[in-house]
Amino acid sequence: MSSSSGSLPRYIVQRLLLVIPMMWILMTLVFLLLRVAPGDPVSAALGGKISPQALESSKEQLGLNKPLIQQYWDYLWSVVHLNFGTSFTDNQPIIDVIKQNGGATLSLTTAAFLVAVVVGIPLGLIAGRMRDTPSDVLIRLFGIITYATPIFFAGLLVQVHVAPALGLPTGSDASPETTFIVPDRTHILLIDAILSGDWPSIVDVVRHLILPSLVLGIFICGVFIRLVRINILQTNQSDYVEAATARGVSPRKVTWNHAFRNALVPVITVLGLQAALLLGGAVLTETTFNWPGIGLKLVKYINGRDYGAVQGIVTFFGLVVIVVGLIVDIINALIDPRVRY
Amino acid sequence: MTLIEQAPAEPKGKPAVIDVRDMRVWYGTPTGAIRAVDGVTFSLNGGETIGLVGESGCGKSTLGRGLMGLLPAGAKRDGQVLFRGEDILQMRPDDARSMRGPDLGMIFQEPLTRLNPLMRVSEHFEETIRQHEGGLSKATVRERAVEVLNLMGIPPTRYRSYPHEFSGGMRQRLMIALALVLRPAFVVADEPTTALDVLVEAQIIKILNDLRQNFDTALLLITHNLGIVAEACDRVAVMYAGRIVEQGDVRDVFGNPQHPYTQELLRSTISLSTTGLNFIPGSPPDLIEPPPGCRFHPRCPHAMKVCTDQDPVPITTADGRHVECWLHGPKSLIPPGGTDKVEREEIGIADEA
Amino acid sequence: MRFARAIVRPFVTTQGVARWMLLIGALITSVFLICALFAPWLAPYGFDQFRSSDGKDFPQLGHPSSQHWFGTTDLKTDVLSRTIWGARTALEVVTLAVFMSLIIGLVLGIASGYFGGRLDRMLVLVMDALFAFPSFLLAIVVAFLLTNKIGSGVFFMTSGVVAAALSLTVIYIPQYFRVVRNTTVSAKEANYIEAARALGATDGVIMRRYLFGNVIQSIPVLGTLNAADAIGTLAGLGFLGIGIQPDQAAEWGYDLQKSLDEASAGVWWTSLYPALAIILLITGLTLVGEGLNETINPLLRTRRLIPVRMTPRETVMSTTLEPALHDDPMADLQAEDRARRERRDPNP
Repeated sequence: MSSSSGSLPRYIVQRLLLVIPMMWILMTLVFLLLRVAPGDPVSAALGGKISPQALESSKEQLGLNKPLIQQYWDYLWSVVHLNFGTSFTDNQPIIDVIKQNGGATLSLTTAAFLVAVVVGIPLGLIAGRMRDTPSDVLIRLFGIITYATPIFFAGLLVQVHVAPALGLPTGSDASPETTFIVPDRTHILLIDAILSGDWPSIVDVVRHLILPSLVLGIFICGVFIRLVRINILQTNQSDYVEAATARGVSPRKVTWNHAFRNALVPVITVLGLQAALLLGGAVLTETTFNWPGIGLKLVKYINGRDYGAVQGIVTFFGLVVIVVGLIVDIINALIDPRVRY
Repeated sequence: MTLIEQAPAEPKGKPAVIDVRDMRVWYGTPTGAIRAVDGVTFSLNGGETIGLVGESGCGKSTLGRGLMGLLPAGAKRDGQVLFRGEDILQMRPDDARSMRGPDLGMIFQEPLTRLNPLMRVSEHFEETIRQHEGGLSKATVRERAVEVLNLMGIPPTRYRSYPHEFSGGMRQRLMIALALVLRPAFVVADEPTTALDVLVEAQIIKILNDLRQNFDTALLLITHNLGIVAEACDRVAVMYAGRIVEQGDVRDVFGNPQHPYTQELLRSTISLSTTGLNFIPGSPPDLIEPPPGCRFHPRCPHAMKVCTDQDPVPITTADGRHVECWLHGPKSLIPPGGTDKVEREEIGIADEA
Repeated sequence: MRFARAIVRPFVTTQGVARWMLLIGALITSVFLICALFAPWLAPYGFDQFRSSDGKDFPQLGHPSSQHWFGTTDLKTDVLSRTIWGARTALEVVTLAVFMSLIIGLVLGIASGYFGGRLDRMLVLVMDALFAFPSFLLAIVVAFLLTNKIGSGVFFMTSGVVAAALSLTVIYIPQYFRVVRNTTVSAKEANYIEAARALGATDGVIMRRYLFGNVIQSIPVLGTLNAADAIGTLAGLGFLGIGIQPDQAAEWGYDLQKSLDEASAGVWWTSLYPALAIILLITGLTLVGEGLNETINPLLRTRRLIPVRMTPRETVMSTTLEPALHDDPMADLQAEDRARRERRDPNP
């Protein structure tokens, strides 16, 4: 009926409006944490490295001598214009860091997400379908142990034992030749390589991507297994599953049309939340594999005590998570007709 | 109602659609087996409706589910359930499964949660029809579905809607349409109107009543509402503690109940002439360790010595009714002194029956 | 006594897979608990000790031997000792973090749910934002702040354990807040609360009773799963160098980071043992949490399937007027049931 489709745009607008307070709260938190606490960020980052005069002028330049409320306002205002500030240590606009390194993080997290979906969802479905059988127990143990294994230890094992055995490279997102050959167009190396049409470059980029994304993806897939399994168990007990059985629908179709489909709807929502987990994991994965993404940069700035850069990058990550949540909710509304009501 | 003079239990001529013989359904629990259904016998012809009444927890729903093969894991059933002469309980699970839909249908109590919220009405029909009659085109399926939906008073324009776009009463009609689209010969309706308001209830009852004319369906109507039984059923079976204690024509049973439990049950219904609420003292018996002898004897105003230690014998009375009560004999089996009344605290005894 | 029974109860009532998960998880976790509690007696050396009591230095990167079962590190410390002391650090941090987030979540949740209105809306929005934010990044920001700014010597923050616990606390508050707030709101609306109030119970008493009954169920599950997560986050912070500093306590994540380069050179023992400790402890806690969840969550709980043995019957009934004399099998079954019941609870 037409009555349902009419409310979808309204739902999307409502959901879009929710982004603003979420973002504001997040930015306020970040600002409070990093600026209001005692101490002086510029001295922390540059203290002892430059003369007191230079320190003072750099404070002046960064607007750190203004009253806090003015700084807070400036920060909000600049983020509205997608300006995430400037790093203190190397005086780089954070937006440039995001442009330069965001592509690597995006390819890593996307590939890892695909791995997690491809491995985690089918395993979760099997475990839920075959509850309390040995397969279920094995799959659950697999999920628990992979999630228990620290990414950096898994990365270490992979680098020391797996990579040499398979002859796969680790340590960056491409070999130097590829980086040299492929012209930088989109800042996403894989797409650039495909655009350049240079076959060896494409292969090289993909080969570099395999191990880091497997490590991050397998780590995340434990969460997917758990979620999907629990949702299968719950939908299996639902009244419509029994009603379908009472109409003689075959067990396979009941599982597929009713249990799986309905179990996956809440999973989609929760998958959106995993974007947060994915980004957190990406920081560790990038550090372990020396993957030139934003996470690697973040760790570098953390070690350099660069408040400006940390604030900018964290704000950006927050924005990404909120926008992904928005997209997930809209997809969910398209799939589940009830949400639009 | 032309069935009055017909003897219901053993029909001559064409075989019964469903013939249940001494069926039992027990659940395993840590404290012992729950004997939810413990030896039930009845049969139904095409176009005939039997009402199954009794207190909650007496095994009504379990009997319905047991007939459909929809019991939870851990339940066990035995006896015989002959569908057109073939024993369903002896079938391979997959054969029994393929009977659900075209031969056996079920209508549930809560219509709101019985439809998959993510599937359109059309998809429900497509799934059901194609499961049992493969290779039908969408148009044919639609034709079949719309025909039944029309009978239920649902316009064809709603065919592509989602379940949440319907009211509770409409969803129950959808469920009935879904159950009937394959023309099952036997339908179990488990409290189909309990979750609905009174006006909708009347609608649904009318639809169920029309089933006999339209589809020649044999209907087992499970309910605790005796009014519905009086209105929609040919026969009634009164269930107590896992057994059918009295079974017969609705007018006979309601007009002249023979089993003390039926008498008490009828007395506890409310009508305009009701002056005070009547209730049956005591609570339904423990089904793990049912009382020995007649299961109703601890609550029975007429309990005799024999009732406390010997199972009552099924009796067929002159008007073709089945009763399980020692009050109706057979005298030859009652030991001497067995008819003495059991001493108990006096409770108001019904004598209008 | 009541407490002991509350701990034992899940083990008795669960069955099958859930019971095994709970048992194995509890076993693993208690091994680490023992290590943490008795570290000074169990660990052969101190966590930063690099020479024996007679003044001789331990070997650098020494192979596992009879003196050093798990070998020694780059800094000549004993790997076994650091792993055992690490259990103490991990459990200190995690217990503190979970406890603090529970308290804060409880207070904010009750306030939010009880007073409602603008405060409630504001807190819910803030908590939602916190919950949506990458928890690991949040922990990084707080740890970064605490180790750099305040770490230089403001009152109790000098203790790395407290600083690390604080950075973990922030990320778990929203979960407890949500449970407590929703319970409080429904408590306010429930009918029987009205009834209790009519009988003269004060709001405080009602809230305490109701919250205790409802929240107490989800806390153990949430707590153990958060503890598992916290171990991983703590190790991640240590790995990035913003967690507990090496001079403050032994921490597995930091040790792992130190041993990365050695691992490619064939020194496996410095990384293997801390990593195994992390994996085992997280697995143990997760098993406990999931096992508990399956017993407490009614949607996941399974009833034990008892095979049903139906009594045989001798006569076909209903058509014949012969009495069906199944007195004997009936009595048998009853006796059997009764015996089974008695076995299950000895003093009814």
